[in-house]
Amino acid sequence: MTKEETAGLETAAKEIRKRTIDAIGFLGVGHIGGALSIADLLAVLYFRAMRVDPAEPRMASRDRLVLSKGHAGPALYGTLALKGFFPEEWLHTLNKGGTNLPSHCDRNKTPGIDMTTGSLGQGISAACGIAYANRMDARDVFTFAIIGDGESDEGMVWEAAMFASHYKLDRLVAFTDNNRMQIDGTTAEIMGLDSPGSDFVAKWAAFGWAAERVPGHDVEAIAAAIDRAKARAAASVANGSVGGGKPTMLILDTVKGKGAAFCEGQVGSHNMNFDYETAKKAIAELG
Amino acid sequence: MATKEMRAVYAETLMELAAKDPRIMVVEADLMKATGTTGFKAAFPERAVNAGVAEANMVGVAAGLAAEGKVPFAATFGCFASRRAFDQFFLSCAYAKLPVKLVGTDPGVSAAFNGGTHMPFEDIGIMRNVPGLDIVEPSDPVSLKGLVQALAVSGRPAYLRLHRKAIEPIYKEGETFELGKGKLLREGKDLVIVALGGIMVAEALKAAALLAADGIEAAVIDALCAKPIDAGLIMDWARRTGAVLTAENHQAATGLGAAVAILLAEEGGVSFARIGIKDEFGEVGTQDWLLGHFGLTAAHVAGGAKALVAKRK
Repeated sequence: MTKEETAGLETAAKEIRKRTIDAIGFLGVGHIGGALSIADLLAVLYFRAMRVDPAEPRMASRDRLVLSKGHAGPALYGTLALKGFFPEEWLHTLNKGGTNLPSHCDRNKTPGIDMTTGSLGQGISAACGIAYANRMDARDVFTFAIIGDGESDEGMVWEAAMFASHYKLDRLVAFTDNNRMQIDGTTAEIMGLDSPGSDFVAKWAAFGWAAERVPGHDVEAIAAAIDRAKARAAASVANGSVGGGKPTMLILDTVKGKGAAFCEGQVGSHNMNFDYETAKKAIAELG
Repeated sequence: MATKEMRAVYAETLMELAAKDPRIMVVEADLMKATGTTGFKAAFPERAVNAGVAEANMVGVAAGLAAEGKVPFAATFGCFASRRAFDQFFLSCAYAKLPVKLVGTDPGVSAAFNGGTHMPFEDIGIMRNVPGLDIVEPSDPVSLKGLVQALAVSGRPAYLRLHRKAIEPIYKEGETFELGKGKLLREGKDLVIVALGGIMVAEALKAAALLAADGIEAAVIDALCAKPIDAGLIMDWARRTGAVLTAENHQAATGLGAAVAILLAEEGGVSFARIGIKDEFGEVGTQDWLLGHFGLTAAHVAGGAKALVAKRK
């Protein structure tokens, strides 16, 4: 990746953070922490890795994204607005009656949202179905899915892990937003799935996935890991065994609330109140 | 159509549909042999997805398939379809407006030897909470075929309560069926029995014959759908007879009995009683023993009808 490209993605991530903070701050409350922790990933996906067309949100040949941790919707809305899927003004309608931007993702309300999510664990299953259907229909598209580390407490996540591996869905590339915090405390305190000797990489690998740990706020590292996943999928085609490979899980080590001093690294940032002045200050600090 | 295993009719109908409509799929949770869809898998290997013993993921995967334009029939025992995968069906399928057809097999006492753990008396009640959902329980092989055909093209999610065992035909081949529409099977002036499903419609018809011998003329409606119920047909016969008895292989407090009670309470003016499971869990036993134990036989229906008619008079 060129320096310019890296700088471009870093700028996109910053713009996504600004829009996310602005939208939630304008409302006064929301899931700011887990939204900001995926901003860099969303920048890489929408400004490099994914084939999408804002003018045709349901284009058959698009890559799909399922935001299984649906409460991070505002970060995705900021990304989609930046990408031109809908007017930027919509961001100030977040959670207002009649809005197209509900707190949790809704495929029937927002252009560019591929799957309705909000009950944790369900999106990764739906992503399996989406990837399976696209392979059936011989569409060479990738299905991306983002789950939370707290979300991974759900048994359904591991049911989906079995399924994707069994059906060799190598065009399914999933990410764990490993920000190490859930509502009631740190993941180490509440349900330590990423502990030494039994970490996320080992767990997903044991389920038959190609799993690796990636610094989650390093756009270059994220992009390179996605490129490796795509190369593995391409290799399975070259070998004449379309879809014969492993699904990919990238464990993104992230910081909850990354990029906003008022909430960064705080367990309480899962769903927090903050006023618009606080938001404006945080946006100014991003530069 | 001859007496036939309902699961065979279900699978054959899906295979006929699938031959013409590439969107049709089956999704299962290690019960393909029970549901009878192994033939479907042989004919359409890629379109038969087995999720293993993982009902929640089965429904979630079905939602993803539907998001890409497929029409998945996702089947498991009714107890698990409703109790175990309800949130997945509610949110990823119904709320998301994705046309997944969730199929719950072995309704009520037909679970027989699997006993109380596997005996869904509550699945309709659970599913009635889902806004806009079609809830269907065919009464015979002909209505099963017709309603599966209707579900395949409805464009909406649905819950199909599917008997697996053989059931005698009630309808003639070629009868047409519509979601949300019941069928009048017998006219009568003294009361109307509104029955639902593969056991209770047959018991209601037998009960009507018993009642006729005692000089009571019972009309019988096959409800076919528990949501939406056919309010027009039911109210027409409620007004003609002045007395309505519901009969279902399900808790009467939350199933068809509840739906009809609400209709009658809002419309008013008729006597009403319910035959169905009271506030009880399932038991193990033969289906016939269970019918007797839970008060679902033709004699129970006829007894309920007599008491209702006497009260009205």
